Amino acid sequence: MRFLKRLLTRVTNFVTGRQSDRRLREEMEEHLALQTEENLRAGMTLEEARRQARLKFGAVEAVREDYHAEQGLPFIETLLQDVRYALRLFAKSPGFALIAILTMALGVGATTAIFSVVDATLLHPLPYAHPDQLVRIEDDLPGVASRDVGMSIPEMRDVQQSGIFQNVAIEGSGSVNLTDSYEPARIAFDPVTPNYFAMLGVKPELGRWFDPSDRTPGFTLDVMISDGLWKRGFGGDPHILGKTLRLDGDQYQVIGVMPAGFHDPAREADQFDTDLWAATGFSGDPAPPPSRSDRIALPFIGRLSPGISVAAAQSRLDALVASLHKQYPGDYPPQSGWTVRLTPLKESVVGGARQSLLMLLGAVSMVLLIGCVNVANLMLARATARGREMAVRQALGAARSRLVRQLLTESVILSLLGGIAGFAILFFTRGLLLRMIPQSLARVNQISISWNILLFAIAVSFAAGVIFGLAPALQAGRLDLNHTLRQEGRSLRGSREQHRMRGALVVIEFALSLVLLIVAGLLLRSFWDLVKVQLGFNPQQVMAVRMWLPVPNDPKADIYRTPAQEAPLLRELLRRATALPGVKEAAVGSAAAIPLNHDRNPFTLILEGRGMEKNQAPTVEVRSVSQGYFHLLEMPLLRGRLFSSLDDEKSPQVAVINEAMAQTYWPGADALGKRLKSGEHMSGGWVTVVGVIANARTESLAGPSVPQLYLSAYQSREKELAIFLRGQLDEAAIPSEVRTQVRAVNPDLPVFGAQKLDDAVAASLSERRFSMEMVALFAVTALLLAGLGTYGTISYIVSERTQEIGIRLALGAQKGKILRMVLGHGFSLVAIGAAVGLAGALVASHLMAGLLYGVKPTDPLTFVGVTLVLMVVALAACYIPAMRAMRVDPLNALRYE
Amino acid sequence: MRPKSDVQQGTLALMVLRTLDVLGPQHGYGIARRIEQISGDLLAVNQGTLYPLLLRLEQEGAIASDWGASEKNRRARFYRLTRAGHKLLETETREWEQTTAIIERFFTVKAEDFE
Repeated sequence: MRFLKRLLTRVTNFVTGRQSDRRLREEMEEHLALQTEENLRAGMTLEEARRQARLKFGAVEAVREDYHAEQGLPFIETLLQDVRYALRLFAKSPGFALIAILTMALGVGATTAIFSVVDATLLHPLPYAHPDQLVRIEDDLPGVASRDVGMSIPEMRDVQQSGIFQNVAIEGSGSVNLTDSYEPARIAFDPVTPNYFAMLGVKPELGRWFDPSDRTPGFTLDVMISDGLWKRGFGGDPHILGKTLRLDGDQYQVIGVMPAGFHDPAREADQFDTDLWAATGFSGDPAPPPSRSDRIALPFIGRLSPGISVAAAQSRLDALVASLHKQYPGDYPPQSGWTVRLTPLKESVVGGARQSLLMLLGAVSMVLLIGCVNVANLMLARATARGREMAVRQALGAARSRLVRQLLTESVILSLLGGIAGFAILFFTRGLLLRMIPQSLARVNQISISWNILLFAIAVSFAAGVIFGLAPALQAGRLDLNHTLRQEGRSLRGSREQHRMRGALVVIEFALSLVLLIVAGLLLRSFWDLVKVQLGFNPQQVMAVRMWLPVPNDPKADIYRTPAQEAPLLRELLRRATALPGVKEAAVGSAAAIPLNHDRNPFTLILEGRGMEKNQAPTVEVRSVSQGYFHLLEMPLLRGRLFSSLDDEKSPQVAVINEAMAQTYWPGADALGKRLKSGEHMSGGWVTVVGVIANARTESLAGPSVPQLYLSAYQSREKELAIFLRGQLDEAAIPSEVRTQVRAVNPDLPVFGAQKLDDAVAASLSERRFSMEMVALFAVTALLLAGLGTYGTISYIVSERTQEIGIRLALGAQKGKILRMVLGHGFSLVAIGAAVGLAGALVASHLMAGLLYGVKPTDPLTFVGVTLVLMVVALAACYIPAMRAMRVDPLNALRYE
Repeated sequence: MRPKSDVQQGTLALMVLRTLDVLGPQHGYGIARRIEQISGDLLAVNQGTLYPLLLRLEQEGAIASDWGASEKNRRARFYRLTRAGHKLLETETREWEQTTAIIERFFTVKAEDFE
């Protein structure tokens, strides 16, 4: 309390600048006068009386200083004094200050930029109530090597009633045709369980949630819409609540509008944001009736009961699964090994981006460190030049701690100026920078340059200032007074210790750059391998356009319910597509057949003769395509035959499989003629395998080939469709041309999502390309900085040794020998740096092994090649000062003495 | 001659407070003089060091000061104890007495007391 009161007065004094000397002076005068009088009475002479009074009073200056210190804030005053001094110094040597500030601006700016991405994706909590309680619930069947196969409704009910969760919800995703509002539009639509919004705890901005206790098996005919759709489709109509919408032919009522910025947790970042949510129990039409073995392959999200950790929930869930195994042995054969796995929701949202982002943050911090080392080097050189100043100050009684403090203040100011400049650049170029980040990055739309980012930049630059300022400052504090002051008139030389420190800085710089360069090299090789990868299909000149057939809730209202009903539509679409200008070939198929579109369409199969139960069956990716598809994408047939025009709705079902499926399920046997079946897609009958095609990277470029099964488009009833076109296509005109043709067949069908396959291939590399390019940029910057740093240090050493070299030359030393001496010095530093860097790079490359493709973390070519490049740069950096040393004129050099 | 003893910061403050408590408002010189007299010239205090201390006590609210006229009718700054100062003096005195009491026990203790 007393302390606070005092501090307040001091701060007030400091701020108002009230530092009145007057009161003290008057009091002192008064005091001395009184004492003098007293002394006079004691019989002293006037002069003696005054002298004694003064003596008794003590040192006036010391008292005044104490008084001052008591009045204001001496710490801050000293700081301001140092700051003023530092700024004056920088103004005097603007070159030095500018280089240091620019280096720090670069380092801090880049670090802050990457941090802002990390902040948004990894650090920010998910925008839901108590996000730590949210988990993804995934079912695995490890016995048949299947992960995330989806959960069945009875299982979901068991889990919901276990007491482990407050809520378990399903977030489906799909699209729906919105008709009779404006033109038929395909809208991103999430069928969700009624408790979905209540579970996430995000309130609508208008209206209400679905009733979380609703037990309707099918759709409830209530919908919630997004802020986007509300503004775009209905002009922000305040009376939107209660309006009816026609979706896939059914009438729905709007009950609420979700706020802008709401994102569904399971939607991938590069998918469209959801515009519409409908509540369903997933157990009535159009979904199949609930059964333990009918798995719903959609994301299940749960909110844990309060106070239960993810680990505790997992172990309780394991116990539940064990008891269900006993209770329903028929549904859960032991071979399949059914388990349920919990993942914190955040982990599942951020997913694979985590490792790349942390790597980027690591890389950029290294650049910052190298920048720090460079500035430290500069400071060190200046400290030597200012040696006399420091020595004189010390000789005049300045405390060492005071000098260290002043030098540290200088470096922190440099760094802060740099940091602020860096932040300013970042702030004004943020729009440009954001565009460089791949849109598929999780939570990319939440990146913002906010106050905490500024705080981060300031903290980083402060820390950097201390780091690069500490070494030179401590050096200055340990100055040898006698030695320095005695060097009167001669050029100042750094001490042996300074030489060592400068050498150490070069070593650090090279080690860090080598690590960065090797990491960049490995990423570059991975990327290159991916670009060169045998796709197994030809994306050139191919476009895919998507469309969607409505799924009314009442199956009887579906005009495309059976393959026989759908086939004529597909034939007509194909006929019209082939006639479009520029089109040489066309095919139709399911949207899942678009290469690299990341739509998963897993189905469990029953293989004839295996006697396999449900839940134990293999899962494969199923697509349906028309006969021209394989030829259009140039996917080669290995055995058997492809589809023909005879494989239509009237003939027995046939399938073409890929090599991976043949290898997985009929290893060592001929897959041709084998039969299989599944529920929905194949209308219950047996399907015969008629052909095997080569594996193609249609699922992902980096991943291994997954088993794929292709059905004839005319024999399946696929709702999400795609039209494939090859030829000299006019990219801009195709969407509307296709739309016109589709409308001509059925005006209620929306057409959307036209894309070139080339672009899809490039897009699937975008995240890798981004991190590769960033790391490469950092590595090149690091190389440049390290080269400059080495050049500076060696130049400095040469200029310091000019006299010595002159004497050596005068005494008959060979010029070549001088050259070798300087080069040798530089080279030994670089060699040590390279050794340290190689060790560091080995650690780093193993940490990032998950980001590599086709190249080992210890790839010798990268390690050796990059080290050689670095050595060459280092030698070049040493060579220029070495040449200068060789050309030293002995006469000139000696005359300086 | 016996060496004069140094004064700890806190002790000097206590002396100032006590002086003001006993003698009422005093100017700086007066306080210095009284301390000198009471301590019997055994304290080695530069009188000047009193002033920063007075300022500090004033900032803490323990004392207040006003300009006034001295005995010789000269302008002088008079310091007086505030209510907070009285309280502070009380607590400090209690603490001091406690400390001296404890130290006292250590001085009076004899070896046989522990047997």
